Amino acid sequence: MAKTSAKKAASKKLVTPVKSRKTPLAVKGRGPYVKPDGRDTPLIEMRDISIAFGGIKAVDHASIDLYPGEVVGLLGHNGAGKSTLIKVLSGAYKRDHGQININGDEVTINNPRDAKALGIETIYQTLALADNVDAAANLYLGRELKTSFGTLDDVAMESEARKVMGRLNPNFRRFKEPVSKLSGGQRQSVAIARAIHFNARILIMDEPTAALGPQETAQVGELIKQLKDEGIGIFLISHDLHDVFDLADRLVVMKNGRVVGTANVKDVTKDEVLGMIIAGKCPKGAVPGPGALRDVAA
Amino acid sequence: MSNAPQSSQGPALQNEGPVTRFFRATEINARMLGMLAALVLIWCVFDIASGILRGNFGGLLGGSFLTPRNLWTLLVQTSSIAIMSTGMVLLIVMRQLDLSVGSMLSLVAVSGAVLQVFKLVPVLGVGHPAIWIIAVVACIALGTLIGALNGAVVAYARIPAFIVTLGGLLAYSGLAFYLARGETVAPMDKTYEIFGGGITISWLGPFWSWLLAGVACAAIVFGIANGRRQRLRFKFPLRPMWAEVFLAALGTAAVLGTTLVMNSYPWPFKLIENYAKANNVVIPPGVEDRDGNAICMAGEQVVRCADGLIYYTGFSVPVLIAMVVGLLMTFLATRTMFGRYVYAIGGNPEAAELAGINTKFMIVKGFALMGALVGISSIISSARLNAATNALGGLNELYVIAATVIGGTSLAGGVGTIYGAMLGALMMQSIISGMSLLNLPAAFQNIVVGVVLVFAVYLDQLYSRRVK
Ligand SMILES: Nc1ncnc2c1ncn2[C@@H]1O[C@H](COP(=O)(O)OP(=O)(O)OP(=O)(O)O)[C@@H](O)[C@H]1O
Ligand SMILES: [Mg+2]
Repeated sequence: MAKTSAKKAASKKLVTPVKSRKTPLAVKGRGPYVKPDGRDTPLIEMRDISIAFGGIKAVDHASIDLYPGEVVGLLGHNGAGKSTLIKVLSGAYKRDHGQININGDEVTINNPRDAKALGIETIYQTLALADNVDAAANLYLGRELKTSFGTLDDVAMESEARKVMGRLNPNFRRFKEPVSKLSGGQRQSVAIARAIHFNARILIMDEPTAALGPQETAQVGELIKQLKDEGIGIFLISHDLHDVFDLADRLVVMKNGRVVGTANVKDVTKDEVLGMIIAGKCPKGAVPGPGALRDVAA
Repeated sequence: MSNAPQSSQGPALQNEGPVTRFFRATEINARMLGMLAALVLIWCVFDIASGILRGNFGGLLGGSFLTPRNLWTLLVQTSSIAIMSTGMVLLIVMRQLDLSVGSMLSLVAVSGAVLQVFKLVPVLGVGHPAIWIIAVVACIALGTLIGALNGAVVAYARIPAFIVTLGGLLAYSGLAFYLARGETVAPMDKTYEIFGGGITISWLGPFWSWLLAGVACAAIVFGIANGRRQRLRFKFPLRPMWAEVFLAALGTAAVLGTTLVMNSYPWPFKLIENYAKANNVVIPPGVEDRDGNAICMAGEQVVRCADGLIYYTGFSVPVLIAMVVGLLMTFLATRTMFGRYVYAIGGNPEAAELAGINTKFMIVKGFALMGALVGISSIISSARLNAATNALGGLNELYVIAATVIGGTSLAGGVGTIYGAMLGALMMQSIISGMSLLNLPAAFQNIVVGVVLVFAVYLDQLYSRRVK
């Protein structure tokens, strides 16, 4: 598995084209986003998810879904529960309540290994890098390339890392240093490289560009569009409304652990979305969730 | 830039000094170099001090420390702690700790001895070849099992390793006492005794020692050449040629030097005499000295031996075992997924878990490996003593942890090397042996080892602060 992905990544494109992917996508060769209303089964459906830490209901009966080739922006104030919700999907947290379906079938995700086996890759807000090893080791952490003797193939991994990083962050040179010595943006590039390098069909990006410079941010934007064209579903968490409006097809707003509402990006304005985030007001163009202000939503 | 071979890597530094360039090109860790220098310094000080206090016994600087005999013994004495320290490195790198290794060593050694003396010998008869094999396998298996138990409790019951292994320290030594009924269990099987390095057949002799050294040198050169070829193949930056040659020369010199010293230590007089008698070697008449011992000349040297009849020890089995363990553990730590995960967990346990690593099982495996190494050390210790007691591993946990920390392993996790820990063990044993050579009381030895431990960590802090 690791061997094949290495070969694939050697192809010209940064991301493996759909046809060569091992895991068949729900809708093969599906073009750019088409309004999903009741047409296909969603790629991901998280239903009624709840999780509490001690007394705090970090996520409270939240439901979201994601279609192939779709980018769903996840918005909300600090501590709204965005990261917690996606960590349930990535296997980092075990939910207290709720159900996760992939292509309509219920799946069990008890740990990150389960999620990865289902093709769910995550860029965590905290990056989740092992600080004391180098970029290549982080890129392949958990799915190392091996030589025919079963030992680590460090040169091959470094070679792949040079290729991937060369496209994401062309100025990157420090392949021999532990990632703790890298800049914030360089570390973020490593985390992004890791998520896109392994044939994901669902990609979770928790504030992927928070530490990136303008050029690198633009590159990630391009990357998201490219991945989307290949039918990959993406959850994009961001505080940057501009980015979300630019890249996402649909957005979901959370407040205090609950979903305020869901809307197609083209049906709402930025001001309306701000109202959703700050006050929990659900505008006309959006479908209200359990977290919406009842009296105002009409 | 990254696609062309070049002589240096990273951001090019044009105006770096020759010292910086040397360290960068050879990738020699300045910290390790400091440790080697400290080791050499300690040796010299002990040799000079012993020369002043006790007279010249053929030491390099006029004392009795830098003699083949003392250095040979030093290596044998270091091997048990050095072997265990290689496992402790990985545990501490993984942010764990095992305080129970000393008690575990006692328990495993006593169990192995009881098995040999009271179970196997009555059934199979004295000296049966199966005895030592069963005993060795049993010791390693038992160690692994106890270690895995430690690890399982730490990982799955989520009790801090400090507490679990503190409990182990008490419980295992109690068990060892109970098993041995407080007595010494002896004697060990004759073949089993080879692992202790105390009998003549446990010495390799000059021929095999030199042969081994030759193989090791060839391996070093091959390793360096192969590394260079790999980097060339992938068009990675290369080390300058002079640095490669320097490293190869350094490695081979270290191997040959050690072998030379090991091959210069003659068998003790009594053993030569016994050996000669047992094997019908003619002992030519020697000159009697004032005490009535036969003395003779070996080259320039007056030796207390049946004249001219001299055998050299070469490497002894426990030292060889320690070297093999060191090599295997270095391989495990640097070339395998297991090692990679150990370091990743130490660097960021949460990230390792999120990357899909089964961190709990890794912890169990780490402790089990520690236990297996304790099993090996228990074999060496009990074979060397030709007996096992419940006090055999006393204080060993502290020596092992001290060696590991002196060797540059950070208690915060994520940082540490196998060779560093083994060097740490050698340094600690040097201090202990040196002081007993000077007839300093044992209590004083512990004081010094304690101070050295704290001082080594202090130096390390200074160093890492400067590097940052
Ligand atoms: N491991 C945890 N233990 C306890 N409480 C937690 C934990 N993780 C999150 N929380 C709490 O859950 C709530 C939601 O946190 P979460 O990280 O999901 O917010 P977020 O929407 O991602 O915010 P931000 O925009 O700041 O990243 C917060 O109140 C937080 O304090
Ligand atoms: Mg967050």
